[in-house]
Amino acid sequence: MAYKGHRMNPDKFEKGQIKIYLLVLPMVLLCGLPIIFIIFHAFKPMEELFAFPPKFITVHPTLDNFVKLIKASRTGSIPLSKYFFNSIFVTIAVVFGSLLFSTMAAYALSKIKFKGAKIMMQINQIALMFVSVAVMIPRYLVVNKLGMIDTYWAEILPLIALPVGLFLIKQFVDQVPDSLIEAAYMDGAKEWQIYLKVILPLIKPAIATAAILVFQQVWNNLETSNYYVNDDSIKALAFYMNTLTSTTTTNTVAGQGIAAAASLIMFLPNLILFCILQKNVMNTMAHSGIK
Amino acid sequence: MAKSTVGKRSHNNKAGYIFVFPYAALFVVFILAPVVMAVILSFTNFNAIQFPKFVGFLNYINLITSDDVFMKFVLPNTIKYALIVGVGGYVLAFLLAFGLANLPKVPRTIFALILYSPSMTTGVAMSVLWKILFTGDQTGYLNSWLMDIGLINEPIIWLNNAQFLLPIVIIIGLWSSMGVGFLSILAGLLNVDESLYEAAAIDGVKNRFQEMIYVTIPSMKPQMLFAAVMQIVGAFQNGTIATMLAGNPTPGYSAQLIVNHIEDYGFIRYEMGYAAAVSVILLLIVQIFSSVSTKLFGEKD
Repeated sequence: MAYKGHRMNPDKFEKGQIKIYLLVLPMVLLCGLPIIFIIFHAFKPMEELFAFPPKFITVHPTLDNFVKLIKASRTGSIPLSKYFFNSIFVTIAVVFGSLLFSTMAAYALSKIKFKGAKIMMQINQIALMFVSVAVMIPRYLVVNKLGMIDTYWAEILPLIALPVGLFLIKQFVDQVPDSLIEAAYMDGAKEWQIYLKVILPLIKPAIATAAILVFQQVWNNLETSNYYVNDDSIKALAFYMNTLTSTTTTNTVAGQGIAAAASLIMFLPNLILFCILQKNVMNTMAHSGIK
Repeated sequence: MAKSTVGKRSHNNKAGYIFVFPYAALFVVFILAPVVMAVILSFTNFNAIQFPKFVGFLNYINLITSDDVFMKFVLPNTIKYALIVGVGGYVLAFLLAFGLANLPKVPRTIFALILYSPSMTTGVAMSVLWKILFTGDQTGYLNSWLMDIGLINEPIIWLNNAQFLLPIVIIIGLWSSMGVGFLSILAGLLNVDESLYEAAAIDGVKNRFQEMIYVTIPSMKPQMLFAAVMQIVGAFQNGTIATMLAGNPTPGYSAQLIVNHIEDYGFIRYEMGYAAAVSVILLLIVQIFSSVSTKLFGEKD
């Protein structure tokens, strides 16, 4: 029998899939287990943290580590709630700013064919390769020159322009048919009305995807708190959690439990956000190609 | 097809500039300017206090001729890391995505989520996890487990051992490398036009492997290229994990990567001009990997 060609995305289980499961499952386990481990560890009571030989699974889950985490923060001068506030404030500001500016720029670059649009897009495409750790020193000098050291601005502004966010949104705007925009234009709509009423509703999946990517950049960011801010009272939660997980504290077994709890608190928002928006992500990625 | 009026009302359109301006301004200030400054600083001697002094190519000459640590450890480590985590991770991402694309929707979504989740941790958040797993005495999970099954008799001090640190960093790099690039490949695979497969079968494609080489990959080149860029950038961004586990410099420079070398000179020794030269080399390395990818997957028109 001649080979018939094969289709992706099967509807239901078939026997042929067993070997795929066998090949994929080990990697899935390898990726998933460390995360399950940190969840177990965060809920371990003291005697299980000390248990020898160490056990993977938590037998008597407890919130002790989270309670201790809050207590530990009381001994410092800055309450945990302040770090939470800082992180939430900075995250919302960056995500909102980034989405607003990226969608505006994407609309202009894709649909308003002004001079220089093409070269701007090419520069942004090259900037996909931007490795921010490589230029942390000149970046620091810029932030310093602008007088933003020790202000929230230093934690917000450097993170707003995210080349991959603009790139993905622009690819998605490209899919919006020109005829829709023309029709609105004929009806007398202004550019900003087209942006608000035509473009934005149609590119929701790309906006959701960019939101996740920006969120991960800012929520987990250590660079800004470490290098641009000396004033502890405006540093981010990621910074505080990182001090808990630094070498000195994790050397003690009790510190491990607290550190695991801290890691979990930092990780969960990423996971929840991704689970909620994952459909949009796949939809956006279908148009992610670089031509 | 008639040309759209969208195109016609273009060139003198101020609205374009207004819409682009906020993004472009921040892009120039926080991305473009730092890159240009890094290039300029790399030709100077700068200690962060006095005004930079122009020294020509001296930093680059020193880097190549007299920085033993760079030549003996940092560069080979970085190349090894980039090849395994960047290129190897990329191949792995493709194979996993290919497997997942051949599964029904529900298991596929769950598996994709699990594979993607490590990349959300961006190294830092989970450094505690690795410290616990790789604890150097018998209370460490990995030590205890290996002793249980009899592979080792004495606990290994994983994170201070020059022999193990780089492999550990590479494994962590691979672990967290199924990121946006992986999702892009998966989406690309799921959106290949099915009629192409039928046509290819008529043209004599005989098995899945041929199908992959002649049909699947050529029809999703743009996604393959995007994924390649994301993979290599992600690999370098996550390279900082070594110093979180073992301090900077890493024991015997065993897992010193180029990003750690920059930190070392920039923020520990305050030789910023020299650090900038190393940064430029890093940006060039990323550029080289990307242009190889473009050669492989770029569309020629």
